[in-house]
Amino acid sequence: MASRLASLAGLMLEITHLAKTYGEGAKATEALRDVSFTVEDGEFVCVVGPSGCGKTTLLKCVSGLLRPTRGDIVLRGNRVTEPPEEMALVFQEYGRSLMPWASVRNNVLLPLRHKPIRRDERGQLVEEALESVGLTRFIDHYPWQLSGGMQQRVAIARALAYQPSILLMDEPFASVDAQTRGDLEDLVLDVRDEFGITILFVTHDIDESVYLSDRIVVLAQAPTKVKEIIPVDLPSPRDQIETRRLETFAQLREHVYRLIKREKAKKQQAPELPEPVPLSGTEV
Amino acid sequence: MSQRRALKIGLEIAVPLAILAAWQAYTVHLDSSKFPRLSTILVEFRDMWLFSQFGTHVVPSLERIGLGLAIAVVVGIGLGIPIGLSRWARLWTMPHIEFWRAMPPPALLPITVILLHSIGNTQKVAFIAFFCLFPILLNTIDGVRSIDPTLLETARSYNIPQHERIRRLVLPAASPQIAAGMRTSVSLAVITMVLAEYFSSTNGVGYVLLISKNTFQFTPMWAAIVLIGVLGYVLNVLFLFAERRVLAWHRGWRASQA
Repeated sequence: MASRLASLAGLMLEITHLAKTYGEGAKATEALRDVSFTVEDGEFVCVVGPSGCGKTTLLKCVSGLLRPTRGDIVLRGNRVTEPPEEMALVFQEYGRSLMPWASVRNNVLLPLRHKPIRRDERGQLVEEALESVGLTRFIDHYPWQLSGGMQQRVAIARALAYQPSILLMDEPFASVDAQTRGDLEDLVLDVRDEFGITILFVTHDIDESVYLSDRIVVLAQAPTKVKEIIPVDLPSPRDQIETRRLETFAQLREHVYRLIKREKAKKQQAPELPEPVPLSGTEV
Repeated sequence: MSQRRALKIGLEIAVPLAILAAWQAYTVHLDSSKFPRLSTILVEFRDMWLFSQFGTHVVPSLERIGLGLAIAVVVGIGLGIPIGLSRWARLWTMPHIEFWRAMPPPALLPITVILLHSIGNTQKVAFIAFFCLFPILLNTIDGVRSIDPTLLETARSYNIPQHERIRRLVLPAASPQIAAGMRTSVSLAVITMVLAEYFSSTNGVGYVLLISKNTFQFTPMWAAIVLIGVLGYVLNVLFLFAERRVLAWHRGWRASQA
């Protein structure tokens, strides 16, 4: 476990003054106003916020799928303008991000087909990735023959086989049942250690964010800014029973909960609350 | 449950048999040369199609259907994918597609003979291919458009190149709908084949129909009608069989979504 601390050496991802407005003129919707935070190499960072605060927009900008209106995303010193090779994305809708006509093997193989690696090496990557999510037995099944949690594990295996240095996850466990969610949380923590991967994880589940992360980025209500960045000082490895029983866990959970509740209340009381409009790029 | 199944199968066999028996009884009673006995038609059918004229008339017709359909499939999918993928392409092609699709096949029959200077295979295959194109083309365009945006975003996030994206995602995603279009085209192929051969030909099933009409031979005409019906039916059954195998995933996936 000490090796993990040692690997927190470099800067993986740097997001500065990110803003995204959809549409133009009168119909413009400001989704993100000013979001800045960093992710260290090997770190597990969760982004939480009230629903509709632009979490998915943020992740799509970071992954290079969506062009931000303002601000910068820098991955290991390179500006992100299109999906980077060293990044993989896991969506919430596993049922829609997997190909129903392809076997589990071919689903995992999909992003490797165009990579300049040998054929047998590709096969090996697929098998290793499926093994680390515990689906070796189902390699020749179709995704729709598996349960929801298993399908999401296929999507995770596909991301791992791609060998990214950072994994982005957009509410990946929002549509599985509570028990499966716990298993998947532990699975993600395990593969993070096994593959030494950095994870940026978006969720609306406060408990989940505290349980998983090294740091939590709490977003404010849309138009979105960063409300607070909270270091999570919980011992590793995490345990569904032991970790959740700790005093620190309860305190962190309460703290995040209050922050988000306050944000929600703000929205309800004064939906048009005038906020200081930042001059682009000049504010601290 | 098994009793209901037995009843179902029994009815599936008994009803057609009953209809054929009624047909036979009625034609025996009628005793008309224009509407010959079913047994006479079947004997004629066997003599004409199963032995002597299979090579001279049935094979050319089947060749035309096969070739026409093959061209329609290749062109329909080949054009349908880029049109389905591009809003701009749809904008300027759809009015033309809608125009030609609405054209009744007989309206174009004379002009194809004149333009293609032939009453041979070129004209017939082109005629069949042209009209079989539209169901496949329109269904391909629709199928391509209906692909799940999450899947395309997944492909983009993994930097999957365009040709791989088309081969691995777009084409399979559209395949159930392409198959539906092809099935329509199979029956259209039989229709247009008979039409083209009846209009101008020196062989084929449609030609037999024409000759028997001109020579007032009603039994061969009926035998030809029965053959055309059987042909359409068998082609459809073969197609469904192939579709079931190729698109097995689609049935399973649909069942799992329920």
